Amino acid sequence: MSPLLPLIEIKDLCKQFPGTLALNHFNLTLQNGEIVGLLGPNGAGKTTAMHTLLGILTPTSGEVSVLGMSPFKERHVIAQNINFSSAYVQLPTNLTVMENLKTFARLYAVPNAKNKISDLLELFEISYLTKRLTGALSSGEKTRLNLCKCLLNDPQLLLLDEPTASLDPEIADTVRKILKKFNQEKNIGILYTSHNMPEIEQLCDRIVFIHQGRVLAEGTPKEVIQKFSTQNLEQVFIKIVRGEYQ
Amino acid sequence: MKQSWSHIFAMFMRYSYLHKRSIPRAFEIAFWPVMELLVWGFVSLYIQQVAHGALSKIIVFLINAMIFWDILYRSQQAIALSFVQDVWTQNIINILVTPLRIWEWIVAAFIYGFVKILIILIILSVLALGLYNFNLIETQGLYLIPMSLNLLLFGGSVGLITSSLILRWGLAAEALIWGVPFLLQPISAVFYPLSILPPWLQVIAMGLPSTYIFEGMRTIVKEGSLSLDYLLLPFFLNIFYFIVSALIFLWMYRQAQIHGRLSKLGMD
Ligand SMILES: Nc1ncnc2c1ncn2[C@@H]1O[C@H](COP(=O)(O)OP(=O)(O)OP(=O)(O)O)[C@@H](O)[C@H]1O
Ligand SMILES: [Mg+2]
Repeated sequence: MSPLLPLIEIKDLCKQFPGTLALNHFNLTLQNGEIVGLLGPNGAGKTTAMHTLLGILTPTSGEVSVLGMSPFKERHVIAQNINFSSAYVQLPTNLTVMENLKTFARLYAVPNAKNKISDLLELFEISYLTKRLTGALSSGEKTRLNLCKCLLNDPQLLLLDEPTASLDPEIADTVRKILKKFNQEKNIGILYTSHNMPEIEQLCDRIVFIHQGRVLAEGTPKEVIQKFSTQNLEQVFIKIVRGEYQ
Repeated sequence: MKQSWSHIFAMFMRYSYLHKRSIPRAFEIAFWPVMELLVWGFVSLYIQQVAHGALSKIIVFLINAMIFWDILYRSQQAIALSFVQDVWTQNIINILVTPLRIWEWIVAAFIYGFVKILIILIILSVLALGLYNFNLIETQGLYLIPMSLNLLLFGGSVGLITSSLILRWGLAAEALIWGVPFLLQPISAVFYPLSILPPWLQVIAMGLPSTYIFEGMRTIVKEGSLSLDYLLLPFFLNIFYFIVSALIFLWMYRQAQIHGRLSKLGMD
């Protein structure tokens, strides 16, 4: 893959579900090493966009490329180099933490899996959980396990759908720091959704605001806040959703 | 290729872990087959007694039929339950976004089914020998291998179709996992000869690979040998059914991608 190609390029993407146009001529690019926050109210189309990038949802129209490839024709090549985590998707609850990580290490054909797993467990401070059943973990522990799974294959791109949704503020902070560290050291690109505006301001290089399937604002958090003449992203969010803008 | 094996191994182990740790689940592998064997075994002992020797082969027919049916049934279950396992645990998206390909999943599920059924088959043969003096290996001889493989393959295809129904209708179709094989049981002439069926049903029955195996099983018991047709015909039918069921599964998968069903699978 050429280093000049963006990690994600979505052009004019539409996704029609019965009765809902979930994405309406949606555009998005994400460059190497960039953290982009995808913001928008419930039902805006964020998850739909991510699932399309992952190749588990086919677009109604438009172009999608991930690492310069089509998620529908070369899904397994892309899949080897990206990863995904969502607070709403679980690892099998009836397997232990270690069994789950081993399974995914094999699915990603991770070399030297044992070391990789123990490094990641240590990084997220959950080494003590290895023998526990995944279903018996607290939601914060589950989230950290999901993130371990996400980093097993040294991805170039992470798609994170509300990954910190159930974390306490301290762990959420730790998680953000780890993600930032990976982003800086390994130049991983991250597409990130969250309803936590301060988190987005802190973490993201750029934000894309989406409402009813289309992009309404885009830029660095600072630029967007200025453009809407507000103090912070939360006020931007409220302004956009209530339609109080030009 | 090396990657494919890693993927297949991953999924095989993912299903096997469940039995490794949990005693009830290890037990579950053999529980129902053993219960069935007990019931059918005693039923045939009773029939034999009542018939005063006139039906001396009934015990062989019934127990053999029951064991063979179990191969088909458990094979279907192994495939369908493997698939639904990840739907139940809301893990299906995690799996689908890995480099795993659908054919690798199918191979892994078939191997898992094969191992599981091998274990069941060993337990049942030993029990049938101990309890009813029924020797499966002696009765069927070397035919046992191609016959079992045919049943295994057919069960697998039925399992794939069952999984397709779950892809389409989600957990609302869950009951079909246990129900679908029983659609085939009466037609496959499991416990009685094909000739018992009305002629029009016989025609349908001849389209199922399982019918030839159950007919063949009884022929071997009666005559001690079997024409090769009873093994080859179902084999060709099996290839056909496997291709068709894999295509149906793939098609349902594509449909699920279009209609956004994959992310909603475990939710209803
Ligand atoms: N599989 C589906 N079938 C039908 N409609 C769907 C499906 N998935 C999403 N939708 C609809 O598409 C729209 C976008 O949903 P999506 O899940 O992408 O929103 P979101 O931005 O992720 O919202 P949230 O912040 O609540 O997670 C919603 O109106 C939703 O009801
Ligand atoms: Mg969402």
